[in-house]
Amino acid sequence: MNRTCSLAVIGAGPAGMAAARAARDAGADVTVIDDNAAAGGQAYRDLQANAASRPGAMTVLGDDYGQGRALLERFQSCGATIMTGAGVWSVEPGGTVHVVDHAGVGQVQARRVIIAAGAMERPVPIPGWTLPGVITLGAAQTVLKSPGLVPDGRTVIAGCGPLLYLAAMQLLDAGADIAAILDTTRPGHRRAALAHLPGTLLNAAPLRKGLKWRRALKRSGVPFIPDAYGIRAHGTEALETVVYGTGGQHQTVAADTLLLHAGIVPSHHLAALAGCRLQWDGMQAAWHTVADDWGATTVDTIGVAGDCAAIGGAELAVQSGRLAGLDAAYRLGFLDRAARDRAGSSVLRMIRRQRPLRRFLDSYFRPPDEFLMPPDDDTIVCRCEDVTAGAVRQAAALGAPGPNQTKAFTRAGMGPCQGRMCAATVAHLIAEVQNRPVSGIDPLRARPPLKPLTVGQMAASAE
Amino acid sequence: MFRRLPSTAPRVEIFVDGRAITARSGDTVAAALLADGQNWTREAANAGTRRGPYCLIGHCHECLVEIDGQPGQHACLVTVRDGMRVVRTRRMEDGT
Repeated sequence: MNRTCSLAVIGAGPAGMAAARAARDAGADVTVIDDNAAAGGQAYRDLQANAASRPGAMTVLGDDYGQGRALLERFQSCGATIMTGAGVWSVEPGGTVHVVDHAGVGQVQARRVIIAAGAMERPVPIPGWTLPGVITLGAAQTVLKSPGLVPDGRTVIAGCGPLLYLAAMQLLDAGADIAAILDTTRPGHRRAALAHLPGTLLNAAPLRKGLKWRRALKRSGVPFIPDAYGIRAHGTEALETVVYGTGGQHQTVAADTLLLHAGIVPSHHLAALAGCRLQWDGMQAAWHTVADDWGATTVDTIGVAGDCAAIGGAELAVQSGRLAGLDAAYRLGFLDRAARDRAGSSVLRMIRRQRPLRRFLDSYFRPPDEFLMPPDDDTIVCRCEDVTAGAVRQAAALGAPGPNQTKAFTRAGMGPCQGRMCAATVAHLIAEVQNRPVSGIDPLRARPPLKPLTVGQMAASAE
Repeated sequence: MFRRLPSTAPRVEIFVDGRAITARSGDTVAAALLADGQNWTREAANAGTRRGPYCLIGHCHECLVEIDGQPGQHACLVTVRDGMRVVRTRRMEDGT
């Protein structure tokens, strides 16, 4: 599968598809690599298969999902080489992208790389979150999109974020038995968000949509618990009950499935591996990849686009993908600077108009502290290596300055997920113990391979 | 666990730890397991407790299984093929 091209785009979601097309339209030869079976990213996951054969799914998933069809069609006809089912396990600053698929390892050598790896759900390390039966809300949405699975049995949804209301509605429409929705949005965060409200009025449609979902949920008759806290999952072999606090009382609800959600965070690991600088975003409580308006990172040959740079959602990802694609075409000599600027100016304006809304949402739905810094020392923080919050706090008390050092002390971040699940939590715990801001803590360094490889595959890639 | 919405996708047989289960064409291995009522994919190396898929989009690495003899495969990313052999990850006696 070795090949060379002008531009490699990693990720065939909204940002990657838009970037590939913009660069192709300018004349660049483009290869797009995605580890899923079909293009679309998480937002438009298996959209074409659903549209072709599952009208029921299209109804449940709603108009925003269906709107991805035009983007997908334009992408597929743009002339880019599309490699699906291919994972990227390393990216070098020189433009070498290391790929693994069912046939083995290979390399795509490009003059420029755009990383459009999307987002992942923020891990929600509550007591019991490692029990089978506890998954993310986005995970439930993923299997609802494809192949069309609905939680069977009593389902509890806990957490906060705009996606929570949408996904809960979709699951209800699909016939899920939702025993309770535990909304952890904090009153203090709601008040703080009001400062950002005026700027959002220029772009109020998404807000109206969110309010509509929330009202519909409350009318649906599903027990809706506002200001819930102290969420815990209990069970021996698998989830059996969910415990939560409300108004000073502890309640227990029997559950077969618990769906956790606390917003989405950039999937910045490939960018970090390629040497791009990360920066802590205090509003989103996550690291993002440092980049200019065009997605150019601190590494000359590497751009980023969409949610993997900073969270903005699918529509914004398309716009930022377009800019990164135009910028790549300019840097590769397919467009002059003036042409790039002309083509990008309206997109830049559109992106700037959407920023206040993002600030409002980040502030309103900021995760409660109990999700960021698990108060109970027994809570597992690093799922791969079973490292608890207490063990990380101990290492922090001994003076470990960041996740790279607590990794050596505790093994947190040493497993196959490479800290995707624990690094931000570990940084929060260190900040808490050492009484300093998270922004001053270095992120966990990413190491190749970012996906599990056999020794044989490693050897083959070195030949 | 999970149930399927009505689907016309053709049936596919895969083997999980030697036992045949019916999946549907287009399923990821993880989805096929969940639809069959199987909520776990590995035993944790230290605690030995069972773990299931958490994120289902390739980040959490809880669903790494052996597929057709190839270890360390994401059950959530690999699509089923007829006759596929899936082996869930067992904890070694020495806790590794």
